[in-house]
Amino acid sequence: MAARIHGGAGAGAATALSTFNPKKLVAPSRTNLPAARSSKRCIVAGGGSDASKSLSVRHSQKLIASAAVATKAETSATTGTGHELLLFEALQEGLEEEMDRDPHVCVMGEDVGHYGGSYKVTKGLADKFGDLRVLDTPICENAFTGMGIGAAMTGLRPVIEGMNMGFLLLAFNQISNNCGMLHYTSGGQFTIPVVIRGPGGVGRQLGAEHSQRLESYFQSIPGIQMVACSTPYNAKGLMKAAIRSENPVILFEHVLLYNLKEKIPDEEYICNLEEAEMVRPGEHITILTYSRMRYHVMQAAKTLVNKGYDPEVIDIRSLKPFDLYTIGNSVKKTHRVLIVEECMRTGGIGASLTAAINENFHDYLDAPVMCLSSQDVPTPYAGTLEEWTVVQPAQIVTAVEQLCQ
Amino acid sequence: YLPHWNWNCLTTDSQSEKSAVWIMALSRLSSRSNIISRPLSAAFRRSISTDTTPITIETSLPFTAHLCDPPSRSVESSTQELLSFFRTMALMRRMEIAADSLYKAKLIRGFCHLYDGQEAVAIGMEAAITKKDAIITAYRDHCIFLGRGGSLYEVFAELMGRQDGCSRGKGGSMHFYKKDSSFYGGHGIVGAQVPLGCGIAFAQKYSKEEAVTFAMYGDGAANQGQLFEALNISALWDLPSILVCENNHYGMGTAEWRAAKSPSYYKRGDYVPGLKVDGMDAFAVKQACKFAKEHALKNGPIILEMDTYRYHGHSMSDPGSTYRTRDEISGVRQERDPIERIKKLVLSHDLATEKELKDMEKEIRKEVDDAIAKAKDCPMPEPSELFTNVYVKGFGTESFGADRKEVKAALP
Repeated sequence: MAARIHGGAGAGAATALSTFNPKKLVAPSRTNLPAARSSKRCIVAGGGSDASKSLSVRHSQKLIASAAVATKAETSATTGTGHELLLFEALQEGLEEEMDRDPHVCVMGEDVGHYGGSYKVTKGLADKFGDLRVLDTPICENAFTGMGIGAAMTGLRPVIEGMNMGFLLLAFNQISNNCGMLHYTSGGQFTIPVVIRGPGGVGRQLGAEHSQRLESYFQSIPGIQMVACSTPYNAKGLMKAAIRSENPVILFEHVLLYNLKEKIPDEEYICNLEEAEMVRPGEHITILTYSRMRYHVMQAAKTLVNKGYDPEVIDIRSLKPFDLYTIGNSVKKTHRVLIVEECMRTGGIGASLTAAINENFHDYLDAPVMCLSSQDVPTPYAGTLEEWTVVQPAQIVTAVEQLCQ
Repeated sequence: YLPHWNWNCLTTDSQSEKSAVWIMALSRLSSRSNIISRPLSAAFRRSISTDTTPITIETSLPFTAHLCDPPSRSVESSTQELLSFFRTMALMRRMEIAADSLYKAKLIRGFCHLYDGQEAVAIGMEAAITKKDAIITAYRDHCIFLGRGGSLYEVFAELMGRQDGCSRGKGGSMHFYKKDSSFYGGHGIVGAQVPLGCGIAFAQKYSKEEAVTFAMYGDGAANQGQLFEALNISALWDLPSILVCENNHYGMGTAEWRAAKSPSYYKRGDYVPGLKVDGMDAFAVKQACKFAKEHALKNGPIILEMDTYRYHGHSMSDPGSTYRTRDEISGVRQERDPIERIKKLVLSHDLATEKELKDMEKEIRKEVDDAIAKAKDCPMPEPSELFTNVYVKGFGTESFGADRKEVKAALP
């Protein structure tokens, strides 16, 4: 892919980072910069006329893309110095840096302050920034999400934590009607720069109510952006980008990924909110995944490579909107798509992604899009049953073999 | 002896306890005699609205307080304020009646919730606060928007869905906003605006502005859980939020005694002080809001219950007479109407003649009609407006229309 960096203002994906200071950034040398999009360009829908535009340069004056070309083992090797930390520490670092940078950023949630956060993401922040900036709320998701949104209407930038994403169902009205729609219904008068974050996903025998995947419920809300982080590198980058974005962003973390260790750069960096991450380039099949399933896919990829297949693994990261650009280019190359996700089968992210790929890239597909998702059941408590609810690497291998026949 | 001075007006007032308006214009006694000596023909033009000499007006009913000391019943005002109250309330009333006709003519669609009868709350509140103080309310927001500085044209254009509306035609009757005057809307879901209002109060405290937020809701919304959640947090964190319950005694079709075990909404805050106010008396409202602002800046949240009434039904689809009698509505209109009160005050206080007030009303009618005519001429929003303002400084992705082949717009 072409990797020229464009200067100049203009609409495009990178304007989400409009307050970004490019001088502070260093481009990791292993960067591959996907091409730019002009604001009027239509996404390729199998049309040949758009092919030339698809290779044009992405506007990235204020953006340092961070798509990882290599597999996760090599993430920061080329930058030399870096520091190793766990994913929750990366989130905390990102949050702390943003709070240092902008006094309007505040955190609200249950036990985020004195307790340090139920997953230690906000540890130490209350001591550093005080009680007015790291707010321990009582247990009232509806009210404190509403308060965060009200505060955002006046210009503050709250980071609202749901102790578990499932609890945010109580705040669905606030997220849908007020967070997502206020910018539109006020004719552009109010912006809601909130970040709503929290852990979700199937954990270790947490039970049905604490193992919910809310990305499928939120995906239809107009006006919000959704991102899912999966490595310490993109966790910190996405956290920072989400805080700087003027749009409401929901950042999905995963309960089982908080203790992942990785080396990340010392320099300040941001990940693009709307961009997918190329985890492993390949030729035979495109595997689209996000969050925890990325690791199941990579595990399956090892087996597949031994068997002679060459899968291309993309961590879609941006759940709303989909990065159809990266995905489309991949589909054009491999002609086969497998989606591996943790959402339910019905109405999940995979379902929407399947529809989007079929509509836009139908001519490029040699086989039907296959989607592996969790079973449509409440997550059981028993360990073995819980294992069978989510997609396992063996199933991924079987699916790839089936598609690549 | 002044043939125009309607003594009957005053005596009728004193007969009815509820609407007794006691006027103690101590400083005006001398000037009264001036007025007496002047010939009062229509040709003589005295300035009726620029006199700012302070006068004191007593509220018709005392305040009832919960966990605090009620403010005094004597309200500081001036002639100018009195007449501006009359004018603005008459404008609001006229606007709502005009909206009624427009709705019946199918120029306004969907939901239209009218505020006539409750104007005193909007007016009294505005008089007590500045534009830095925030107001957030539910869907009965046309008059509050006007009070916050919105123009009639913007109101009617938005109601008719035109592009010059205050929300560019994309919000509708329930979504009026005015950011520069700290009016935060305009919300359709009952009760959801109260946590938002407490959030705004939080932001005011965070940014150390000496301002308060008035989060308004109705007697129907007073039973929402999120209200008490937000109140708890406001009290915990000492936020300058003032919860104003506009108690018009009906939550859509359900009377308050059928919806609430305890209809004393000002006491519902439990540990939060409350004040019950006669919401049809603009001066009582003004006094209460002033008191509440001082209280909130020092001590945290307070609840105000405005005892008011709406003449129309819940919305234009509700006739308003299936759950209450017409006698009740006309009874309230006769005895407690806020505009009539001010009118009687003005006339008996001799600040304007009946004819001048009628002229004012004619002027207002014309103003409203002109605004409607101008709004009718305003075009509908462009099709591309469908996709604007979904995201801020969007990104290069697609938003599809119903027909994926034809309508493809890139989000701006």
